[in-house]
Amino acid sequence: MTAAVLHPARMWPGDLLKVGAVGLRTRPLRATLSALGIAIGIAAMVAVVGISASSRADLDRTLDALGTNLLTVGPGRTMFGADAQLPEESEAMVGRIGPVTAVAAVGRVSSARVYRTRLIPAAQSGGITTFAARIPLLATVGATLRSGTWLNDATARYPAVVLGASAANRLGIGHAGPDVRVLIGGVYFTVVGILEPVALAPELDPAALIGWAAAQSTLRFDGHPTTIYTRAAEAQVEAVRDVLGATANPRSPNEVEVSRPSDALPAKRAAGEAFTGLLLGLGAVALLVGGVGVANTMVISVLERRAEIGLRRSLGATRGQIRIQFLAESLLLSALGGVGGALLGAAVTAGYAMYQDWPPVTPAVALFGGVAATLVIGGLAGLYPALRAARLSPTEALAAT
Amino acid sequence: MISLTEVRKEYPGGVVALDGVSLEIGGGELVAIVGPSGSGKSTMLNMLGTLDRPTSGGVRIAGYDTARLSDAQLSALRARRIGFVFQQFHLSPGVSALENVADGLLYCGRRPAERRRRATAALERVGLGHRVRHRPSELSGGERQRVALARAVVGDPPLLLADEPTGSLDSAAGAGVMDLLLDLHAAGTTVVLITHDREIAERLPRRVHMRDGRMVQDSAAPPLAAVNARRALAGDRGGSTAIANERQAP
Repeated sequence: MTAAVLHPARMWPGDLLKVGAVGLRTRPLRATLSALGIAIGIAAMVAVVGISASSRADLDRTLDALGTNLLTVGPGRTMFGADAQLPEESEAMVGRIGPVTAVAAVGRVSSARVYRTRLIPAAQSGGITTFAARIPLLATVGATLRSGTWLNDATARYPAVVLGASAANRLGIGHAGPDVRVLIGGVYFTVVGILEPVALAPELDPAALIGWAAAQSTLRFDGHPTTIYTRAAEAQVEAVRDVLGATANPRSPNEVEVSRPSDALPAKRAAGEAFTGLLLGLGAVALLVGGVGVANTMVISVLERRAEIGLRRSLGATRGQIRIQFLAESLLLSALGGVGGALLGAAVTAGYAMYQDWPPVTPAVALFGGVAATLVIGGLAGLYPALRAARLSPTEALAAT
Repeated sequence: MISLTEVRKEYPGGVVALDGVSLEIGGGELVAIVGPSGSGKSTMLNMLGTLDRPTSGGVRIAGYDTARLSDAQLSALRARRIGFVFQQFHLSPGVSALENVADGLLYCGRRPAERRRRATAALERVGLGHRVRHRPSELSGGERQRVALARAVVGDPPLLLADEPTGSLDSAAGAGVMDLLLDLHAAGTTVVLITHDREIAERLPRRVHMRDGRMVQDSAAPPLAAVNARRALAGDRGGSTAIANERQAP
């Protein structure tokens, strides 16, 4: 008999996949449970990344809607540490800066406390501040009304008030109307409107806003603005910001505080980002535990299936083919968990974003990165069991029954 | 087909399972290796099936000197030249008889469609053409062993090694499996059957008796060279089947 040189045949990729799935098919419960371990880790990480991305998308959407060109001017402190004041003419002067497109001032009426009725004890003022407000304020800060109307030239002269969102809440007022009145500085004001919360000027939420003229005539308001809100052309915001101090108070520009409220929003988000990092770490730990679960399943699988390994060796499987079978099984197991977890994470993100009224965003990087991470983990978890399976001698394996 | 020369197998711990066994088995022979447990007959199967290497001595299978083959090449030899039947069947529980048999060709590099076609033919050959879709748990013991037999021969190996193939079966099922082995032998396959059952061994034309790792008796032993010469002259196959039939007759 002439002996040709022997070469082991290669396995078809489809066969490899099928052989790798034998363990999953014959023990579906165990496969599902160990894939679940991986899935939970991936889902946690994808959801954390997704929720954080959705919140960022929501912020971007908010900023787009509100605009980032709002600047505020307020009195700072004098050189000696006393509270400074803005000059009465500062609003008009700021309005004369070229790129400024809108300007509106409010002035704090410090003596005026707000009560629902005369029967409320004086100490329970509810922390509501009274501001004299200019008519363009509503448009300048981008506020919207929940109920009623904004002040106009007529109502600004008479005792009429528009309440901020939380001020209305504290006073227990649900809607505006001619018969709804509150007591401000001992004078009854009719509530003509209630604002929605103002994202860029949250200080207006716990406020009662009355007309400039009414404040001066009925509450002895001194006429000094405490905050000037301005909108500037987008491209000129920085330039306007630089000259605002000197323009609002030419005599002592150092006593003026200028800020850009839209800058505060990302800062608020950055505080949440540290938390995101922590959650991401927890997700990674869950993923690691899932990987240990897969490794455990694979070790047990190799121990239990020694007879199968022996049979396959007798059918002509090489060590390499046994090795790759168990590696494929481990990869399939964790890929199953990875894909399931990515879908679960995306679903959690979508659900939470919907609940928060955010645009749901799941970054593709998180999805693919998650699945890729599971493949790495599956490969590592399956490596040792696969090597052990391949090292098993055929006789030893066959004797195992 | 098979040539063992002074094969010795010693396991770690000093147990000598085979102690200098020399054996020639020609192509197309039907041989029983008989012996009580511990006689070394299972080690013998491992040597013949290239599942293990001898400590010393030479093993030639189908013209290949196994000592000079790598582990991967031995795997290829098993894939193409040797079929195995085990006492415990070793069928995959979760898949059909057809898939089990088709797995016999998994490591031969054949395409799935061809594997299934040949598996169907092999199942028909062992009389299970009507059980193709059944899972092992839905089959009787005898049927399971016939599925295992179909898997062993689906690639048409020239050598079939059967390790106590009837050991887990009742006598009727065992007789059915034995008849199939005889049919395969009649069709030209070299069959080596390992058994402790003298009754089964008596039905076969040649018996090799083992005890304590040594060959104590070979029914074809007298002048082995003469047997080979006779076979070369007259094509012994018909003769040995005739002997088998004679023994079955009474």
